[in-house]
Amino acid sequence: MSEKASFRTSGGVRGWFGRQPWYVRAVLILFFTVLAYLLPYAGDVPLIGPQIITEGIDWPSALFNMSYYVLLALGLNVVVGYAGLLDLGYVGFFAVGAYGTALLTSPDSVIYADTGWKWLMAVPAALVLTMLAGVILGWPTLRLRGDYLAIVTLGFAEIIRIVATSTTTLRGDRGFASIPHPPGSWNGEPIFGVTDAIPYFWLGLTVIILVILGVRNLDRSRVGRSWLAIREDEEAAEVMGVRTFKYKLWAFAIGAFIGGLGGVLFAGEQSFINSQTFVLQFSILVLAGVVMGGSGNMAGAILGGVLISYIPDRLRGLSFGDTDLYEYRFAIFGAAIILIMVLRPQGLIPSRRRAMELKDREKEVAPL
Amino acid sequence: MSEPHQKTPEELDRENARPVDQPAPTGGSASAPATRSVSGDDVLLEVDHVTLRFGGVVALNDVSFSLRKGEIFGLIGPNGAGKTTCFNAMTGVYRPTEGAIRFQGESIVGKKKHQITRGGIARTFQNVRLFPEMTALENVMVGADAHHKTSVISALFRLPRFWREEKSGRERSLELLRFVGIAHRAGDVSRNLSYGEQRRLEIARALATNPTLLCLDEPAAGFNPAEKEDLLQLIRRIRDTGVTVLLIEHDMRLVMGVTDRIVVLEFGKKIAEGTPAEVRDNPAVIAAYLGVPTDAA
Ligand SMILES: Nc1ncnc2c1ncn2[C@@H]1O[C@H](COP(=O)(O)OP(=O)(O)OP(=O)(O)O)[C@@H](O)[C@H]1O
Ligand SMILES: [Mg+2]
Repeated sequence: MSEKASFRTSGGVRGWFGRQPWYVRAVLILFFTVLAYLLPYAGDVPLIGPQIITEGIDWPSALFNMSYYVLLALGLNVVVGYAGLLDLGYVGFFAVGAYGTALLTSPDSVIYADTGWKWLMAVPAALVLTMLAGVILGWPTLRLRGDYLAIVTLGFAEIIRIVATSTTTLRGDRGFASIPHPPGSWNGEPIFGVTDAIPYFWLGLTVIILVILGVRNLDRSRVGRSWLAIREDEEAAEVMGVRTFKYKLWAFAIGAFIGGLGGVLFAGEQSFINSQTFVLQFSILVLAGVVMGGSGNMAGAILGGVLISYIPDRLRGLSFGDTDLYEYRFAIFGAAIILIMVLRPQGLIPSRRRAMELKDREKEVAPL
Repeated sequence: MSEPHQKTPEELDRENARPVDQPAPTGGSASAPATRSVSGDDVLLEVDHVTLRFGGVVALNDVSFSLRKGEIFGLIGPNGAGKTTCFNAMTGVYRPTEGAIRFQGESIVGKKKHQITRGGIARTFQNVRLFPEMTALENVMVGADAHHKTSVISALFRLPRFWREEKSGRERSLELLRFVGIAHRAGDVSRNLSYGEQRRLEIARALATNPTLLCLDEPAAGFNPAEKEDLLQLIRRIRDTGVTVLLIEHDMRLVMGVTDRIVVLEFGKKIAEGTPAEVRDNPAVIAAYLGVPTDAA
């Protein structure tokens, strides 16, 4: 019996990669990791560099944007791609992470006088808050299936947005200013300043790598098996002893945690957030990214996250004749999604375990 | 073929002792002794006056029977007789409208499906319900996970328990794949297995939950005679490891050849119970299978 019996055999690049000896894989991973850290300097690459980098927004900032979109895509991928739970309100967790940070650290916050916390101190608290939000939303709703769950989560994101808009504590449009940046200094200068976005990108990238490692560990364990079993046949999974509710709730909490990480980073970089930041399109966009990239697999989610952030940023400042292409970003985006979905319904990097949750409608109405 | 580890003598002892050590929870108004079986110590499962209705359809009508430890028990009857419904009631998929089901002296009505599985009842499905995108080995490991304690935290940080259980679960799953004769397909996605292999894989997955009672819903459906013969051997080997087997099967020859006792259902009612020989000669059963009304026989 071969020791790799449980790894799905597959062709393509991933199949090839999986067949390499460990040191080849290690060197390749190291190489691409270093390459990722060097991305802020992509503009210096002759010929192709200037084509890749954004014009209307400074390139490191665009990279930082990508990093939190990738985080969101990775988190949503756990919920939608792994556990098969259609969550349309995922931005809610991003918002909870960002608002949690703002409430604890911004001088505009009503509790600032009591805390006066720095960014780093607020991070664990904000993340616990986000996971709690995931559990509170999941507890009553995870007994629902498919469409119903989608509607409830949609409502959740709207509630968060409306509360943010209309309560005085969350300050609506006025928002929270002076949220502190992450700590650290170099040669007497703060590392995380206002002018240079590169350190933020590096921080985001580091968090992404940790998230990838964590999610991978979960995926290759009874947790990942349980999620996949639930996605493929929830009733059969439960009959085989899987505590389906528990694992769905974990998927929700872990997804929320990762979304919260995105929010915490976002707040730390922007230093200002208000209720305009967390519109519903945002959730839809991230979901589109995950599905477009290939849900149920991290490489696909990462690619999707990169694209949904990169395409609009790249269009910024570009014009075609008299028309500013950025104005048309959603139209261009929609066209790209339709094209991809027609040509590659499983996503750009399809999961070896195809996502079935979006087409599997027969079992929506569960027998008691 | 190596036999998988099923139950150590200590485990079996513990299970035997359980009804005595832990009194059955009182169901409703009945007192503890009343809900307990009176038929002796070797009763494993008791279906006690179970009625199950779907709206107007009475799928099970006041059905009672009990299984003894270590036997191979047949559940037969024409199409729509209520056999699968009976499995569903026993595994928590449906809740009986009336009546009680007791396993090792404890009521299982109202328990969650995964609790019942961990309690020792495993099953296969009439229409194969594997996890199609998982490999054969992973399918079995899902069953093996039923008794694992690895938490999300220990999986995330790769704590020792994770390694220990992953290793033992994998070994045991491979052993079970060997036991049912499809070890060579361990790494293949189960969707790509042949029909016969999928049926065997379902049995391996169910065995991985370490059951005391294994319920097989028409495991030989669609098999040719040679495959049926293999399956018969497999069922006997499963019983020999100490597992009680409840078998739904349409093939009379197979049922008669392998079972110790049989219950016959027709239109949700039990019409006969006994040894294969007794059941075969029962006029009501002959009538049911020939489609003649019972009172005319
Ligand atoms: N979920 C359900 N809702 C409504 N009616 C049901 C349901 N499940 C089963 N029934 C009905 O209950 C009766 C018994 O069905 P069941 O599947 O238990 O029969 P069976 O003995 O397994 O038959 P077969 O040999 O065809 O598998 C049938 O009349 C069936 O239509
Ligand atoms: Mg049936």
